[in-house]
Amino acid sequence: MADITLLADALVRSTPLILAGLAVALAFRGGVFNLGAEGQLMMGAAASAAISIKLAPLMGPSVIVVSLGGGAVAGALWAGIAAELKRRFHVLEIISTIMLNFIAIHLVSFLVRGPMQEPTRIYPQTESLADSARLPIIIPGTRLHAGLILAVLLAVCLHWIFKHTAAGFRVRALGAGPNAARSAGQIDIAVLSWRVFVMSGAIAGLAGAIEVSGVTFALYENISPGYGYTAIAVALIAGLNPLGVIASGVFFGVLETAALALQRDFGIPSSIASMVEALLILVTLALAGLRGYLAFLAPRERTA
Amino acid sequence: MSAVQAFLEGTIRTATPLAFAALGETVVERAGIINIGLEGAIIAGAMGGFTAAGAAGTWAGFAGAGIAGLFVAVVFAFFAIRLRADQIITGTAITLFFLGATATLYRQLYGVTGAALTSPTMPVTPIPLLSSIPVIGQPLFAQPAITYLLYVLIPCVWWCMYRTHFGLGLRASGESAKAAQAAGVPVSRIRFIAVLFGGLLGGIAGGVLVIAQAGSFAEGMSAGRGFIAIAVVVLGRWHPLGVVAAALVFAAASALQYLFQAMGWNIPYQTFLALPYVLTLLGLAGIAGKATAPAALGQWQS
Amino acid sequence: MDVHTRANWTLSPPAADASTEHAAEQPDLCLHEVSKKFGNVIALDKASLTLRKGSIHALLGENGAGKTTLMRIAFGLIRPDSGSIDVKGKRVDFASPAQAIASGIGMVHQQFSLVPEMTVAENVALGGRGRYDAKTTARRIEAISNRIGMQLDPFAKVKTLTSSQRQKLEIVRTFAHDASILILDEPTAVLTPRDIGDLFAQLRKFAAEGGSVILITHKLRDAIDNADDVTVLRRGKCVLASPMQLVDQGTLALAMLGSSTVTPPSAPRPATNLSRVVVKFDDVFFEDERRVARLENASLQVAAGEIVGVAALEGAASQMLGLMAGRLQPTSGTIKLPTAIGFVPEDRSEEAVIPAQTLIENTALANAGARSRMIDWHNVRTQTTHIIADFSVRASGPTAAMSELSGGNQQKFVLGRELKDHPALLVLENPTQGLDVHAANAIHEKIKAAANDGTAIVIYSSDLDELAALSDRVLVVSRGRIAAARPDKESIGSLLLETAD
Repeated sequence: MADITLLADALVRSTPLILAGLAVALAFRGGVFNLGAEGQLMMGAAASAAISIKLAPLMGPSVIVVSLGGGAVAGALWAGIAAELKRRFHVLEIISTIMLNFIAIHLVSFLVRGPMQEPTRIYPQTESLADSARLPIIIPGTRLHAGLILAVLLAVCLHWIFKHTAAGFRVRALGAGPNAARSAGQIDIAVLSWRVFVMSGAIAGLAGAIEVSGVTFALYENISPGYGYTAIAVALIAGLNPLGVIASGVFFGVLETAALALQRDFGIPSSIASMVEALLILVTLALAGLRGYLAFLAPRERTA
Repeated sequence: MSAVQAFLEGTIRTATPLAFAALGETVVERAGIINIGLEGAIIAGAMGGFTAAGAAGTWAGFAGAGIAGLFVAVVFAFFAIRLRADQIITGTAITLFFLGATATLYRQLYGVTGAALTSPTMPVTPIPLLSSIPVIGQPLFAQPAITYLLYVLIPCVWWCMYRTHFGLGLRASGESAKAAQAAGVPVSRIRFIAVLFGGLLGGIAGGVLVIAQAGSFAEGMSAGRGFIAIAVVVLGRWHPLGVVAAALVFAAASALQYLFQAMGWNIPYQTFLALPYVLTLLGLAGIAGKATAPAALGQWQS
Repeated sequence: MDVHTRANWTLSPPAADASTEHAAEQPDLCLHEVSKKFGNVIALDKASLTLRKGSIHALLGENGAGKTTLMRIAFGLIRPDSGSIDVKGKRVDFASPAQAIASGIGMVHQQFSLVPEMTVAENVALGGRGRYDAKTTARRIEAISNRIGMQLDPFAKVKTLTSSQRQKLEIVRTFAHDASILILDEPTAVLTPRDIGDLFAQLRKFAAEGGSVILITHKLRDAIDNADDVTVLRRGKCVLASPMQLVDQGTLALAMLGSSTVTPPSAPRPATNLSRVVVKFDDVFFEDERRVARLENASLQVAAGEIVGVAALEGAASQMLGLMAGRLQPTSGTIKLPTAIGFVPEDRSEEAVIPAQTLIENTALANAGARSRMIDWHNVRTQTTHIIADFSVRASGPTAAMSELSGGNQQKFVLGRELKDHPALLVLENPTQGLDVHAANAIHEKIKAAANDGTAIVIYSSDLDELAALSDRVLVVSRGRIAAARPDKESIGSLLLETAD
């Protein structure tokens, strides 16, 4: 039984990693360097918590749909700021998204100590979500919630879109060869790259919403232990392949859960997990550099 | 101390590590490389500085900080220049790695509990006469010696960039690597040197945080300064003097809280924490179209 | 066949016949049996060249013969696979241009060798050491400019210079580096006739003072009038090496083209019915993003089945071609275009194909912007197989990555893709640049066949011979204006030069 609990914990940890990993994979596939999944996830979590708390008494069980949708919209809007800055002013997204991550952290900190603080005004967090606003548990007796199913479904869906649809092909062409996509493909790359950016933000926002509705049941300051940054590793190790993201997300979830257990039981610092993750990226890069495969990682010209 | 002085002092204090890091990144970017691993160099510098200062004093601490930063830069250069891997992905991985590595190392060396260990700090050395200038004297010229090193470094970097053949080659490598190569500029070597210099200054910036300011190490204490420095380089339009000015503006926005507190305004403190980032974004949007990034930034061809 | 045997069989070796005082001296530069492969394309096959001190040496050859590659090797930009280089009797192995420059070699490149964001003085000083002083450099530039009669403002940014000024800057720069061996790659392409005269007078003076010059050119006249010696490359091989006085124009032309490369006379093209107008420009005006007018009051028509050649210096026609291909919108005026347009852009690997993707995916790339819903990959695969068969593309199969194909096969693929839906109009930019003769001929035949099927063809080429051979009529674009020329080399060439200044 303890084994199942541990496995369930690892999968609970994997869920936001898979979702945010999908957000990053989509963006990178389309040539958008969205390093802002962290901020988009936090905004999604904040919006979702706000919706659940305000609307749960009025709506009943259907509030969960609105809450998750609201989280996705919030993530999309937060990414939309960076997308607009890129489209209108050519601001590099690697800078703007990281700035927006910091702003999101301070904004959430303000919310949980200000307008959204729980009624007793003691703890820097919101009140707990009503049962109707929580995602159902899929293995009774564990914390494993339906968010994992959503994450896997989304990954499969994204994989299918990339593989079979014209829109998915356009995104791949945009990432692999923006100039050829514009010239030979007659794709409006500015518009497409904007859409990819915003969609990526929506998925990251959904990750935050699912974390609030499935795990924490409240918004508080450090709701994300860097999921948005780990997601970059998750996506890259998966070769930006959505199905691969499921595997690498689960792997990283297990890794981080195990690291926490090791710290608790043996005093080994859990930060070793992020070292391993980063090393994996570097090894992937080295292999790509040495063998010249994985064309998406190869140097290429980026359009400003 | 007046509120204005507190504001100015806070500005210089925040600006010092930022200006070190941003000045280094300016040189890196002018050579055509973007090093997102700067954050990693800063945290490594903080750790290296903390360890070395504890063992052998403050100047040794800065040497340790610089060496740690150099080490991070060598790793970055190996991937980004030698293997020609994507610079943004490499930089992100390096930042992630050194944030994790320093935390792990610190907990291993000094215990998981993290009872705040202290390191020796560099004392304030007021410069005679200059420090007696009213209002600005104290904030500018009653600083730890490392801040004066920064004052000296700024014109040196400018001179090297615009008045030496090395600087010409550096800028040409960033604008058009092929043309520079054809003109006899050793592009790869220059880029390597630039990345090392950026790492060195990034490491020193981390050292400043520990040895000249906090007096202790904390996990993740770089707190995004590497990323801010990269934004500051853009705001300063890739010119060393502009970049230092931009670092001052960013620091001033952070230090506004001293002024506002003195005025007794009741504004949530998170506003001040977020304000510099918001201003940076607005600034980046504002200079759009006027600033020209080095044309070959982040690319290998052209 | 051994290169030197053949050269000697035709002609005597230069040193024995050259009646100059330098004959006995050590050659300034000696390239011996240099070979170089790029991927599986042989660029140079045991090519040799001996440059006498005090001489001007013409290096002749058609496009893609390997002239530039050979000289880039001499300048340290490319490392040879085999062969040796001696500079003034000393064996060298350049790892970078810096070492070549230090040995006294200077090269004036066709492109990519100036930094546009920097000033003239900064560009001249590039590659130096120690302190940089703009004023000293400026004085040096002025001294050299005055001596060789090429005026330049040392403090102007290179991006504000015209192409002929840039060319002058490159020449001034090599003088400033005290080069004793000058390599000039097609130096006359962007100069006015007067400047060309000045340049050759200067080169003669430079040689008389003990320097030596290699002149890469495909213009026979320039070579015959100005050079002492000549080496001819054809498809990477050295086919002739001789003092200039011993050869005539006919010999050189035959050496350059070779008997095998003369294009077989193709079937005469049927007379086209010019009544079906496919493209119509009415008073079209186009400004680029810097608000510089790139096309003014342009009015023209192209009929179905016509092959219209476009000649222009250095990108002067790129906006017109972009408008024609529907990739740009006019600032004012009206353009009537058909719905189905094929486009073969100049920068193949950047704009026409995605090297990392498969041939199938590259087929799907055509009009990817207009597709909706699902992609029928089965159908796309069939189309790809047809392109491979119909255009004899050499590839391991439809799932091969585009990057595995040679340049010629990539280009055949692109042409096949753009023609697969029988477009009413096909726009091509330098479609045979960098291709070997066979691939180029195959492309030409396909273009003619498409025209005979009723597709209107608009082809831009920097190779006037190609234009003359293919076109029914030619448009010369210069300074935003369009003029008509007869489809022969002389009329196109003279119109190009007239309108350039």
